[in-house]
Amino acid sequence: MVLLSPAMVSLALFLVAPIVFIAIYSFWLRVAEGTDVPAFQFGNWIAVLQDRYYWMGLSSTFKTSLITTAVCALIGYPTAYFLARIRFGNKALLLFLLFLPFWISYIIRTMAWISVLGKTGAVNTALIWLGIIDEPLKMLYNDFSVVMGLVYFLVPYMIINIYVSLDGIDRNLEASARTLGCSGWQAFREVTLPLSLPGLGAGCMLCFVLAAGSYVTPKLLGGPDTLFFPDLIYEAIISQLDWPTGAVLSVILLIALGLLVAVYNRFMSLSDIYKSFAR
Amino acid sequence: MNTTLDSRLAFWLLGLCALGVYMFQFAPIVVVMLLSFNSSRSGAFPMEGLSLQWYHKLFANDSILEAFQTSVILAFGSSLIATVLGVMAAIALVRYSFKGKNAISTLISLPLLVPEVVLGVALLIFLKYMGIYRSFGMLMLGHTVLALPFVVLVVQARLVGLRQNFEEAALSLGANRLQTFREVTLPLISPAILGGFLFAVAISFDNITATLFWKKPGIETVPSKIFAMLRTSVSPEINALGTVMIVLTILLPLIGGYAVRRLSRGR
Repeated sequence: MVLLSPAMVSLALFLVAPIVFIAIYSFWLRVAEGTDVPAFQFGNWIAVLQDRYYWMGLSSTFKTSLITTAVCALIGYPTAYFLARIRFGNKALLLFLLFLPFWISYIIRTMAWISVLGKTGAVNTALIWLGIIDEPLKMLYNDFSVVMGLVYFLVPYMIINIYVSLDGIDRNLEASARTLGCSGWQAFREVTLPLSLPGLGAGCMLCFVLAAGSYVTPKLLGGPDTLFFPDLIYEAIISQLDWPTGAVLSVILLIALGLLVAVYNRFMSLSDIYKSFAR
Repeated sequence: MNTTLDSRLAFWLLGLCALGVYMFQFAPIVVVMLLSFNSSRSGAFPMEGLSLQWYHKLFANDSILEAFQTSVILAFGSSLIATVLGVMAAIALVRYSFKGKNAISTLISLPLLVPEVVLGVALLIFLKYMGIYRSFGMLMLGHTVLALPFVVLVVQARLVGLRQNFEEAALSLGANRLQTFREVTLPLISPAILGGFLFAVAISFDNITATLFWKKPGIETVPSKIFAMLRTSVSPEINALGTVMIVLTILLPLIGGYAVRRLSRGR
């Protein structure tokens, strides 16, 4: 294939080969700072796997990502439902507005939260001015602000996934359920919600994977105790020049998230069966 | 009667939630823009007065202008390569059938699924081993790989929606494959190509995480420059830079969308 080959060659060379290569590199031996020799030994893996610090990093990353995903689903679902159901107004404009912040620089949008949540930020200034609090609340540089920043940039992904699946549901189904005696809530719970699960699932997976892989948001909005796995990788590679350890950590993150996607695929095929059954 | 009242109430509650989400999405952006006009030195509230001094300072800051130049060259260069490769791949994927097509589609969307940190580490270590060090060239290569899936997806979507009749007609009227592509296919998909290109520019211009792994110390793109400046504190100058970027990045898709509409209406 003449047309396909340039793209394939560049992806194979600059994407697949590098990922395979770090898996190999994770077994190399580090003899001095920045000097690694080809080897096949498990020292790097054992050192990382025995280090409680990295396990804590992984679990706190997954915990924060899980909370982020849950918040995205909780505020994203009603919003997507509203967007899918409105008959008035300009729906295309509303969808466009939802994705407008997407185009705005990610680092600027993340940085904005420092000015919103900080000691002299928008929220504290407003609350003090209103007389609700006397002392500024400590909202920045902790897990709260990290979740805020993550939810902020991930919620549009959640909304669009749910919206697409809600939009594809035949509205007659809900109407039929109502005619057959369901209350509005029952019709939603028994008909609409199950049919929109694939979209919700896709949104959740995307949010989780993107949250767990983010470096800049926890770095800028997190505090001194914030432990995030991508940051550990950055520290190992760039700050300590310990590339074998960095390679081990990268492979661990890749495997952990890959497993998640695999589980999701399994779950999705199940819900697809359900979907075709419902049709 | 009661149920319609209930569902209307439920609908209003949903609307309220949606309104909240929209405010949540826009409020921080408004805060940045507002603070950029604050005359106070702290870069935070309260607003002490209006002033344009931070914009004057911004446009006199050579290191930021240099970063801007780097970002623009990088974004246009890598997007150009990604667009050429992506358009070719998209045509192959839509117009020809061959073995292993699904595997190739998965491969092309791989950069979307692999965490950027891992991509960053992988390319860095691999290229170092090949004798290529952290540099502008590595950034160019890396950004091309990151932007490629977006170009393919956009162009692919357009090609799928395009009926093959036009191309078949051209072929049966005696045009060869190359002529058919140049005279028929290319003009028809040019809006999508432009769209894919702009998408790629935005991806590259905005990229920060992988860039931090690939850039040579000393070379800064706009996002990495902002990241470095934020290590100390939020200065009013960054707010001004943020506002410029916000205005630019909102204008870019608007102009792009307008151009696409004009182009597709032109025929």
